[in-house]
Amino acid sequence: MKASAFSYARATSVANALELLAAYGDKAKVLSGGQSLMPAMNLRLISPELIVDIGEITELRGIAVKGCVLSIGALTRHVDLLRSPEIAAHAPLLTEAVAHVAHPAVRNRGTLGGSLAHADPASELPASMVALNATIVARDQTGERRIAARDFLTGIYETALSAQELLIAVELPIVQENSAHFFHEFARRHGDYAIAGVATQAIVRGGLFTDLRATFFAVGDRPILAKAATKLINVRITPAVLAEASAALGEELDPQEDQQASAAMRRHLAKILLARCVFALLGRPDLTPGERV
Amino acid sequence: MTAAMPISLEVNGEGVDAHVLPRLNLADFLREHLKLTGTHVGCEHGVCGACTVRLNGEIVRSCLMLAVQTDGASVVTIEGLSDSGEIVDLQAAFRDRNALQCGFCTPGMLVTAQDLLEQETEPDRERIREHLSGNYCRCTGYQAIIDAVETTARARMGRKP
Repeated sequence: MKASAFSYARATSVANALELLAAYGDKAKVLSGGQSLMPAMNLRLISPELIVDIGEITELRGIAVKGCVLSIGALTRHVDLLRSPEIAAHAPLLTEAVAHVAHPAVRNRGTLGGSLAHADPASELPASMVALNATIVARDQTGERRIAARDFLTGIYETALSAQELLIAVELPIVQENSAHFFHEFARRHGDYAIAGVATQAIVRGGLFTDLRATFFAVGDRPILAKAATKLINVRITPAVLAEASAALGEELDPQEDQQASAAMRRHLAKILLARCVFALLGRPDLTPGERV
Repeated sequence: MTAAMPISLEVNGEGVDAHVLPRLNLADFLREHLKLTGTHVGCEHGVCGACTVRLNGEIVRSCLMLAVQTDGASVVTIEGLSDSGEIVDLQAAFRDRNALQCGFCTPGMLVTAQDLLEQETEPDRERIREHLSGNYCRCTGYQAIIDAVETTARARMGRKP
């Protein structure tokens, strides 16, 4: 289908975009890369009165390391994330996750800020932000605020952003010593939205997890930072310990059913992902994944 | 602002000035305003890849871009790639390998395959498959398409001094 009629304004600066958002509120939609917004408009899921195109605001694009923080502008495209040596060095989980986002032609346009503001619960980048303990920087005409990624993502296509706010940047703590990461998803076709996936940032010391941020996606209305993973912290992992965590994960998740998978299938896949994650991060072939979940 | 807006861009090397409604997407602009119907419209939500074109040197989904966003941009469509002779070998390989049947996906496949061959001189079958993963073909089963791209990559390597 085609998008319904709307007005279009190309914002010339952040201040200009904020003026437009202040004036139009929820009648306006911000157009960044358009790779989620345009499909939603073409499918008539949304029909904004005004499109505020922020694509030309170059100050919102770029990746910088400031002390122990990696700052990524909202307009930074997926292809730029994928090729960034700074991200590969300081947040390798993100490099790995972006390779799973759609296809080359989409990655050339899609942006980090756009993906986060769209908040599709099956998409890779919001979950990666939760796993990486990212901070979202949002601005309106009165000022700027910082929101933890976990609090930013509030539901299916829902975020903590107000209609007057613009997502400006994302700040990631740069990875510490002994950090390890794991990303995997199950999808029908490489690049499709996941049926179930996990993005994990961990700290491993002496064969034990001292931190394990296993963030599951496509199994709930937002990325789920698994509480079950706390059962795996500072303990020698045995098949029994893993089985207990796996059962707790099953209890914790409340996946939706759709034409791709039942809730039970998603729960099962999440447990497989947890097992594979532990197996991979600890290098423990004795915990064969898929057999004890 | 719902009224038509002026845009000025370059399409296949030629300057184009037009007035377009904000809701008009780039694919429809190319097809209906410029009669460049080689760009195909399949799903209209970025899944099928039939509308792939080159924008400022990079491939994009023309169904997911507004024509108004291309003001000042340079667009190359399958007509441009074809007429310039840039992909004559790739087109021949598609024909030789039976890499098309109905041909609906072919413009998008060619634009995407050429994008890969420009970035990598020797992609293996896995890389070819990955790069084309966003382009649906409902006829060939893909193997012949991978064959054609691989053949072209090898032939281009052979021609290099």
